[in-house]
Amino acid sequence: MELILVNVIDGLVTGLLLFMLSAGLTLIFSMMGVLNFAHASFYMLGAYFAYQISLALGFWMGLLVAPLIVGVIGAGVERYGLRRVHQYGHVPELIFTFGLALLIEEMVQFVWGKNTMPYSVPEVLNFTAFSIGANSIPAYKIFMIFTSVAIFIGLLFVLNKTRVGMIIQAALSYPRTVEALGHNVPLIFMGVFGVGTALAGVAGVIAGPVLGTFPGMAFVLGSIVFVTIVIGGLGSLWGALVASLMIGWITTFAKSYNVQMSDILNAVGISTPENLGNSVFRDLWTVTSPQIADILPYILMVLILIFRPAGLFGKRES
Amino acid sequence: MKKFTKLSAVSALSLVIGASAAFAENIKIAFIDPLSGPFASTGTNGLHQFEFAADYMVNQKGGVLGGTNFEIVAFDNKISPKESLIQLQVAIDQGIRYIAQGNSSGVANALTEAIEKHNKRNPDSRVLFLNYAAVDPALTNEKCNFWHFRFDANADIKMDALTDVMAKDESMKKVYIIGQDYSFGKAVAAAAVKNLGEKRPDVEIVGNELHPIGKVKDFTPYSRKIVASGADAIITGNWGADMLGLGKSAIENGFDGPIFTYYAAGSGITAAFGESGKGRIRLISQGGINPIATEEARATYEAFEAKYPEGNIDQSRIFNVIGMLSTAIEAAGTADDVVAVAKQLEGMEYDSQWGGKVFMRPQDHQIIQDMNVGVHTDENIDFDYDNSGFGVYTESTVTMASMDSPTTCDMKRP
Repeated sequence: MELILVNVIDGLVTGLLLFMLSAGLTLIFSMMGVLNFAHASFYMLGAYFAYQISLALGFWMGLLVAPLIVGVIGAGVERYGLRRVHQYGHVPELIFTFGLALLIEEMVQFVWGKNTMPYSVPEVLNFTAFSIGANSIPAYKIFMIFTSVAIFIGLLFVLNKTRVGMIIQAALSYPRTVEALGHNVPLIFMGVFGVGTALAGVAGVIAGPVLGTFPGMAFVLGSIVFVTIVIGGLGSLWGALVASLMIGWITTFAKSYNVQMSDILNAVGISTPENLGNSVFRDLWTVTSPQIADILPYILMVLILIFRPAGLFGKRES
Repeated sequence: MKKFTKLSAVSALSLVIGASAAFAENIKIAFIDPLSGPFASTGTNGLHQFEFAADYMVNQKGGVLGGTNFEIVAFDNKISPKESLIQLQVAIDQGIRYIAQGNSSGVANALTEAIEKHNKRNPDSRVLFLNYAAVDPALTNEKCNFWHFRFDANADIKMDALTDVMAKDESMKKVYIIGQDYSFGKAVAAAAVKNLGEKRPDVEIVGNELHPIGKVKDFTPYSRKIVASGADAIITGNWGADMLGLGKSAIENGFDGPIFTYYAAGSGITAAFGESGKGRIRLISQGGINPIATEEARATYEAFEAKYPEGNIDQSRIFNVIGMLSTAIEAAGTADDVVAVAKQLEGMEYDSQWGGKVFMRPQDHQIIQDMNVGVHTDENIDFDYDNSGFGVYTESTVTMASMDSPTTCDMKRP
């Protein structure tokens, strides 16, 4: 029972972190049709910038300044890179962002080297907030939860209640009409790209101390972010939130309990073959839930694509 | 003009011949390890230690055989066994007789097989394999051969020494074993189960699991399981980002026992653990750095730091490789006849500057040496890692660990 509660909290942290990454990506994707392969690289840049700033000015300045720098770089990439490539269609755009991801990773290795950076949780938050049984919940995790929830509410407010948000939403569905009404759509695109990458930067700043700041950090998160927005439905903030939380909880629970495949199969009435050693299905029978935890989101994605191609909250039929 | 070209070509050619003749006096050691890609920092670190050891221990002291220098030639294998075999061929074609490699037992297995074949077919250009870090037990058991020498303790020896120390802690009742899902992780888990069962049958193994290598984003669920299992200690063979992720997450999420590791030091890991790992992370290694074993070692380390301020001597056995090889070449009176050098290496007892004697066991070419279990701390640290103030302090030593351990090696000598 205690462990369930602990896992709910851990899953929430993982899910919210994923949400901060996918929120930006889903907005960018729905607006510009660009699958930004470099999105996770901006997350990595956020962590590295924040580490560098925290050395001189402390963690909090890093949290404030690093996402801004990342956002400006993101906007610059859109303005001077993507916009030029855009006219040649989607494939060059894909290749551009893919190359950008590789470039950023090499640059990071060039500047900071290949070792893990000693970027750590600030002293103020380095204590145990409370314990459930023997499991302690670090105060930093509570901080992560509050930061991400605050960002979600802020985004929701901007998108639904402000004039800027309404123009963005309109530009999502009818860019040409919005342009005809006299709004500067390229500027909106640049802004959305900048904010989206800045969000990824925030995620990097607060995830760096717990998940490690190393050149492979973008690669580890890269593909799962795409899965999230496909499950959630492109362009939907709520979809991104629900999908992120689902993935967070599914993977956390699958890793925390050693459920054997043979138990499940026995439970549904299939008995274990007698000479398992020779059976072609041996691997299937002996697999445990932690081993497949990381592919469960992909299975979920396939199921969603089959039964609800637009995603959980997606509106577009295409 | 034509004449001039011919003349310059001839003179260039003679220059090349002259140059290669000058180089041929050096005894070359091919260093085949990853120098690019994700494991580049480990490989580059090892290369620096080899280059420094050769220069400092041999060349600056007048060389071997009356003035011949050692030269390390680096080859990048991108940690791929296939690439390593290509580089091995290139090295042999360049007339190199000594091959050093260490990162990944997969690569070592490929190299040792290829070298055995090569030496059988080409008695005129035989090579020796100086394995300084690949710890798969098979290399000195069923896959052993006369040309392979291992200067690091194998996974079984390390676990034997580690569990010797663990077994002394009477309060330890439950142990959790976790590792990366590949041959090395499995070997560590098997050795841990076997050794603990023999030394402390009362200790319960409450968890034994493998996780995907290099793919886990967040180790929190694993640490929850470890805490929930009530484990008093963790054993892991993890390295790199997996080591750091697992250790940090276990400590943050409420695990309060010791974590016994193989590779939780250097390459940024020591700095990243910092205060949080103090007194908690223990690791098995060889060679005394803190406290420094001898004054000679202190001078060596200081000279190394002067040359590589960012570097660590985290593989002091590399110095034993160079020291033992130069002693063997000196005793054999030749560097070209590797059989004679190998016969000198076999059974050699060598006083290591890093403390104790090291002994190259003749029946399987496995080195036997003192094994240390150290703790991650910032107290009494002479030489820290990653310039972090933290280092590994030796708490206990197992003298000549696993001296009489059995081997299935059936050595065929030329």
